[in-house]
Amino acid sequence: MSTTFAVLVGRDLRLAARRRIDAALPIAFFTVAISLFPLGVGPEPQTLRQIAPGVVWVAALLAAMLSVTQLYATDLADGSLEQMLLVPDARLAIAAAKAASHWLVTGLPLVVAAPVFGVMFDLSREAIAALVASLVLGTPVLSLLGGLGAALTLGLRSGAVLLILIIVPLCIPALIFGAGAVAAVDAGQSARGHYSLLGAVLIFTAVLAPLATAAALRIATE
Amino acid sequence: MTTTSSRLRLYRFASPATFYPLAGKLVPWFAAVAAILAAWGLWLGMLRAPTDATQGDAYRIIFIHVPAAWMSMLLYVVMAFWAAIGWAFNARLASVVARAIAPTGAMFTFLALWTGALWGKPTWGTWWVWDARLTSELILLFLYAGYLALVPAIDDPRRADRAGALLAIVGSVNVPIIYFSVVWWNTLHQGASVSPAAAPKMAAIMLQAMLLMTLAFWAYAFAVIFVRARAIALERDNAASWAGAAVGRTPAQTEATT
Repeated sequence: MSTTFAVLVGRDLRLAARRRIDAALPIAFFTVAISLFPLGVGPEPQTLRQIAPGVVWVAALLAAMLSVTQLYATDLADGSLEQMLLVPDARLAIAAAKAASHWLVTGLPLVVAAPVFGVMFDLSREAIAALVASLVLGTPVLSLLGGLGAALTLGLRSGAVLLILIIVPLCIPALIFGAGAVAAVDAGQSARGHYSLLGAVLIFTAVLAPLATAAALRIATE
Repeated sequence: MTTTSSRLRLYRFASPATFYPLAGKLVPWFAAVAAILAAWGLWLGMLRAPTDATQGDAYRIIFIHVPAAWMSMLLYVVMAFWAAIGWAFNARLASVVARAIAPTGAMFTFLALWTGALWGKPTWGTWWVWDARLTSELILLFLYAGYLALVPAIDDPRRADRAGALLAIVGSVNVPIIYFSVVWWNTLHQGASVSPAAAPKMAAIMLQAMLLMTLAFWAYAFAVIFVRARAIALERDNAASWAGAAVGRTPAQTEATT
């Protein structure tokens, strides 16, 4: 199980390294989407500071949802997913490995890039730290739930939009506590409650989402 | 011996061939009960119940709003339950019922939101506030929309049933989490008017009207869900002999559809 997991994560990282432009698309989307907000809302630093946590979080959520549609699609198209599923008892490992590699390829760059946007939106140093911390805890939730959506919509015609429709409602707790942590720090309050709840959501999702994803893979490929 | 026979009798209704005529007979009764109870409940609520001291006559929409909100949440759980039964035991009719429930549940969710907006305007002075209960009801509508979008997108009905079941189960596991996260996020809505733990904070006649409306909605839901489930069952079992008999085909014509 753990070998399968490590092999699959290694494979996905190698694939991402060989298709660098593809791997960079989510972060490019994230950058462009966030940059639209000051243009639409206006450049007042006070307003920007207020909307920054929500804007960064919503952009991260959308970047995760848009990129996760490709999580199983190429493997399904070239038949390698079916080969992987032939490994005995591998579904859970595949589900977990896919979510993990999605986070490493998409979530981690967003976490790394977030401080830049914190500075551009005039956030304080503490608020930027809270933004990074909340994204570290929250983006794995997006990858895990996104993986579930990708498995549920595997091979469907309108898969991408459908995935967003079915998974975004499930991501709302992560969004609330993630953006809430930054807003709390920005208002001079403690964000510990938000971190605790975000951590609880992460643990809950990490335990259950791979199981559900494995079931979805079984449904989709039976 | 008795267990076996009673079991057999219970399973009998899981067969579309048995369910189809039985549901067909029940539909007019449920429809009639719904109409009578709704007329009675509306008469009590709109004409007999006293005007509220603070909200005036605007509060009267509660007789539609609260039962619709109850039904919207109940039907999601019922849908997830039947979808799970259909998935776990390969009971096709349970999956058909789950699919039949979804549009009615979504309709009640929308009705609750709509009447809530109509109620909010005169009492809060705004159609919509991003309050915890309104928002979680809106998210419930999204959850229904996700189910309603996913299931028809999958061509293979068995796969569609199972994927829908998984989504409904994941959704119902998430509903409490979403609810409490939204509650923490913002709260403005008035507290629950009826709770089993405390004495109701409303006149007996209002409670009576509300319960009548709830039962009316319940009967309506049964009627509509049975109509829809019959249609889905008929469509899926198109080639079966009972379906042929139900639509008045001769056995030879049924043979030709396969």
